[in-house]
Amino acid sequence: MCVLFLRQRNVFFQTVPIWFNKSYRLRTGTARKWDKYDEGESVSRPGKLYSTAIDIRNTVGNVPMEWYQDYPHIGYNLDGKKIFKPIRNKDELDEFLDKMENPDYWRTVHDKTTASDIRLTDEQVDLVHRLQKGQFGDVNFNEYEPSVDFFTNEVMIHPVTNRPQDKRSFIPSLIEKEKVSKLVHAIKMGWIKPRKPKETTPQYYDLWAKEDPNAILGRHKMHVPAPKMRLPGHEESYNPPPEYLLTEEERLVWEQQDAEDRKLPFLPQKHSCLRAVPAFSRFIHERFERCLDLYLCPRQRKMRVNVNPEDLIPKLPKPKDLQPFPTTMSLVYRGHTSLVRSISASPTGQWLVSGSDDFTVRFWEVNTGRCMKTLEVGGAVKSVAWNPNPAVCLVAVCFESTVLLLNPSLGDRLVVSSTDQLITSYEPPEEDKEQAVTWALSEGPEHNKGHRLTLTHPKAVKQVVWHGKGDYLSSVMPDNSSNLQVLIHQVSKRRTQNPFRKSKGLVQCVSFHPLRPYFFVATQRYVRIYNLIKQELTKKLMTNCKWISSMAIHPGGDNLICGSYDCRLAWFDLDLSTKPYKMLRHHKKALRGVAFHRNYPLFASGADDGSVIVCHGMVYNDLLQNPLIVPVKVLKGHQITHDLGVLDVTFHPTQPWVFSSGADATIRLFT
Amino acid sequence: MGGLQKKKYERGSATNYITRNKARKKLQLSLADFRRLCILKGIYPHEPKHKKKVNKGSTAPRTFYLLKDIRFLLHEPIVRKFREYKVFVRKLRKAYGKAEWTGVERLRDNKPGYKLDHIIKERYPTFIDALRDIDDALSMCFLFSTFARTGKCHVQTITLCRRLTVEWMNYVVTSRSLRKVFLSIKGIYYQAEVLGQLITWLVPYQFAHDHPTDVDYRVMATFTEMYTTLFGFINFRLYQTLNLVYPPKLDSKAESELKAEHEEDYAMDSESYLEKLSALSASLARVVATAEEEENQLDHFPTEGEDLENMQAREKEQKEQEAQKRLFEGLKFFLNREVPRESLAFILRCFGAEVSWDKSLCIGGTYEVTDETITHQIVDRPDMDKQYINRYYIQPQWVFDSVNAKMRLPVEDYFLGTTLPPHLSPFVEEKDGDYVPPEKLKLMALQRGENPVQEEEEDDDDEEEEEEDEEEEEEEELTEEKNLKKMEDKRAQGKTLAVKVTPGKVKPWETGSAGNKVRLEQEEKAEEKRLAIMMMKKKEKYLYDKIMFGKKRTTREVNKLTAKRKAHEDASKAQKKQKKAKKQ
Repeated sequence: MCVLFLRQRNVFFQTVPIWFNKSYRLRTGTARKWDKYDEGESVSRPGKLYSTAIDIRNTVGNVPMEWYQDYPHIGYNLDGKKIFKPIRNKDELDEFLDKMENPDYWRTVHDKTTASDIRLTDEQVDLVHRLQKGQFGDVNFNEYEPSVDFFTNEVMIHPVTNRPQDKRSFIPSLIEKEKVSKLVHAIKMGWIKPRKPKETTPQYYDLWAKEDPNAILGRHKMHVPAPKMRLPGHEESYNPPPEYLLTEEERLVWEQQDAEDRKLPFLPQKHSCLRAVPAFSRFIHERFERCLDLYLCPRQRKMRVNVNPEDLIPKLPKPKDLQPFPTTMSLVYRGHTSLVRSISASPTGQWLVSGSDDFTVRFWEVNTGRCMKTLEVGGAVKSVAWNPNPAVCLVAVCFESTVLLLNPSLGDRLVVSSTDQLITSYEPPEEDKEQAVTWALSEGPEHNKGHRLTLTHPKAVKQVVWHGKGDYLSSVMPDNSSNLQVLIHQVSKRRTQNPFRKSKGLVQCVSFHPLRPYFFVATQRYVRIYNLIKQELTKKLMTNCKWISSMAIHPGGDNLICGSYDCRLAWFDLDLSTKPYKMLRHHKKALRGVAFHRNYPLFASGADDGSVIVCHGMVYNDLLQNPLIVPVKVLKGHQITHDLGVLDVTFHPTQPWVFSSGADATIRLFT
Repeated sequence: MGGLQKKKYERGSATNYITRNKARKKLQLSLADFRRLCILKGIYPHEPKHKKKVNKGSTAPRTFYLLKDIRFLLHEPIVRKFREYKVFVRKLRKAYGKAEWTGVERLRDNKPGYKLDHIIKERYPTFIDALRDIDDALSMCFLFSTFARTGKCHVQTITLCRRLTVEWMNYVVTSRSLRKVFLSIKGIYYQAEVLGQLITWLVPYQFAHDHPTDVDYRVMATFTEMYTTLFGFINFRLYQTLNLVYPPKLDSKAESELKAEHEEDYAMDSESYLEKLSALSASLARVVATAEEEENQLDHFPTEGEDLENMQAREKEQKEQEAQKRLFEGLKFFLNREVPRESLAFILRCFGAEVSWDKSLCIGGTYEVTDETITHQIVDRPDMDKQYINRYYIQPQWVFDSVNAKMRLPVEDYFLGTTLPPHLSPFVEEKDGDYVPPEKLKLMALQRGENPVQEEEEDDDDEEEEEEDEEEEEEEELTEEKNLKKMEDKRAQGKTLAVKVTPGKVKPWETGSAGNKVRLEQEEKAEEKRLAIMMMKKKEKYLYDKIMFGKKRTTREVNKLTAKRKAHEDASKAQKKQKKAKKQ
């Protein structure tokens, strides 16, 4: 017999509060049957709290009360009469008001089965408290009564039963005997041996006694042995030299760094004696990390480049051996007030002409730096070109849409007068052809200023170039959409022709071949070479540049250099390939001008970084030998104004001198 | 057109690699077992060249193994043992669950085990291969032998590690192959040259370990399992090369001497024997009793030119080594109880000294403190009460520094209670351009046999010279203009000193013709170099820039160290002066 306690307090509150009285106790198995508790007994008890009047027990049994949701009643009482729900249900507000106002609210429970509120009496509350504490419901129940053993532990003299013992309990077993004799026999015969104690210590022997080279697996050739641990440096010493200890700031930086970023994985420390050295707290960690490295890290053989950096520098001939070349800035021609776009030297080398954005053309004496003449023209001068024929004294100047042929009247009188004669001796042909430009002869004050011929173009002209013989002249009018970009003029016959039927792109610059009847046209990315006699395209050079700025042709005619706005200079060997023989990236900024020397194996390039780089560019007559290109001098002097440095470079026709014009409104001579 | 469409990832590199999970499935192993197998067989992942191709177009981070490696693992007998073990564990659990104790016992008796001999042979087909790879094994075994015999791993493993390390130390002592030692903050580094292989290992200081929680001891234990097997075989072979008995036995003479004392302190005979061995004070028994070690003389062959030089160099080296081996021969050391006994006894015995210690410290001490013939006593305490006149009381660093210097250093710096000179790493080999601490320079001078005792002033001069040298090195790195400026300054200084003209009046480029020439020449050279660099190819330029960057960084570091040193010395000098002033 035992006593069970209802610990399911919720159930208890919801359903049973009515029948509790002082001596309430449940018997075994009644936990589930308490519904059928004999009502009469409790009712008939004297001194009951509740009279029979409130005997409204619901007889529906243990069914969910939701089933009666839609009905006015909630069940049936003992007499089979309906139990009606209260007329008005309490809503939240009522509940709340009740909670606030009713002092007995805490001891009121709701009976679902009868849908009524019941106020617990003091005894009931007391009972609930006791049950909550885990005490017995009955106050008088003594839980510590002395226990009484059912069976005694003492051995009694009389047996429990009177049955006599079996015979088999005192006769040895035959089956066992058989088994034992079998085992004995097996032991005698040596079939069964005592169990050997297991060897726990490993046995070592000469594993490599027979080293068979053939037994080595092929995979050993592929095996990459793990790299050894790094050997410790001075800083790991327990007593390092003072310079290896970290200063306070370094220590702070070390502490704030991530473990991976740290240069040293530990803090160097100094201990005065060996006795003071503590254990290294990360010892096991480091060993474990090494283990992880050994079996989790991919291994790779890395070729360490072990080169002397000096060996990487190419062995070039010494610049000293490649003299002469310009080395120092000797003259500065000042006078222009705006950037000097273009310069050109006379074929004798005595004069220099420059065109600037301040609407003037100036003529200089090369040796003295004196400005001989200044001519005002009606626009920013884009390009000037001195006629290369020494017997003619003519300068082509282009500004806006005009090309002006000037006779500067400098130098030999005879030449000057013969030039004038040459121009005046022109006889207009019988049949007048319609031409792209209008030729006009200058007269009066303009003639006195030096103007000789004016060629009015339909569009703005960017560049003028003379042919080597000095009779032909080409002008460039960059325009992407039309075929009228390049014109070739013949001065003696005052004739103009448009060599191209189709536009192949924005023309940057043009040039004549110095010896043969070829014509070079540079568009943004390509240089096309046309044969003027056959009137066909001979070659197309891929420059690998983004935007060509300038072009120069070697006096031999077989080599060409192109400067580009993306800082490169491409050297083409026309016999070799249509791709550059060499790309030079010497300048830091866009190249503006390139030039070849007429006699010496020199070429120069000027760029926006304000420097002129002179290179030795030797071309050999032997076709098998490639040109030799050696930079020999970096000339500096121009100031950078408005992000522009050197705008044009040109060589002296006879001396190894180079002129450069810059955005700082100066022209400089390097000798 | 025509033909079958080629499918992606069915040829080429995608088929050469296998991900870890697939490999695991192919081998039918759990991840832990797969890891164990990889550790034992020395299989490591590979990094494919084109990760995306191998990963079948995905860029998810995965570990790849070579398919060949995994195929190689497929027919490894140990894999079967792993599976058997898994079954064994299952059965055991079941037996426990059913409380079948006899069954448990039976299962325990038949616990499947495996041997790693064949794996060792396969991984290291020759003895030299094995010896090359022993660094990690040594460090690991030394670490495990210091573990407490509780919890973290099997007690057998710890005792086995201890046994193997003791055997190793005995071998190194007998073969006298120790070369370098270094006291670091992590532990003590040793380097020995065994059969021509340089072997370095690290031993932690003797303290109880604070076992970290984020370390997987199973991985470490697997490594140790492999290492102990390897290590045992190597020890066996090494003992064989020296004609020693393996497992090591003490010399019969030494044994009888040791037998008398302390026998009763140890419960087990085997335990006391290991202790005696680890005391390192007695020599080992040999298989064939040879009178003395034969000196291996280099045979002389008739040689010419470079070979002759090489030969001479080798002979010299050999001689030096022989000398180093006998570094402490004839000296008698006594170790005080506060110094690390094992490491010091090991080192001193390696170089032929006699060592003893207090009887209560460890078994195997052969003489007492009171012995009058003791030459050195190693002490690591500020002061001693009772001192003998006829012996040096030195700090332990002397032993380490002497070994690294390959000569007996003067003992004055290491006396009882003096501030020790810095302890330098013997593993650093300075190339030109690297920072060399002044102590090392002094040591090198000592080794060359120069006057060891120098005035302090001279030292200072030396240092200044060094600094100048370094400055010159810097100059090379500096740009040309700076270079010129410095030169000008220097020359200007020289002028002012010699002629006594007020600076500013004399323009160096007007006066000094010789200097001018030099300057011009230098300028020219620098320009030439600059122009040549312009002509470099893109690839080479990149490499060149990288190398130069690295060089600059090293010089920067060197400068920093020099500056720090200088600052430190200035500070210490100032302190000294202050003290002097106070005294006066």
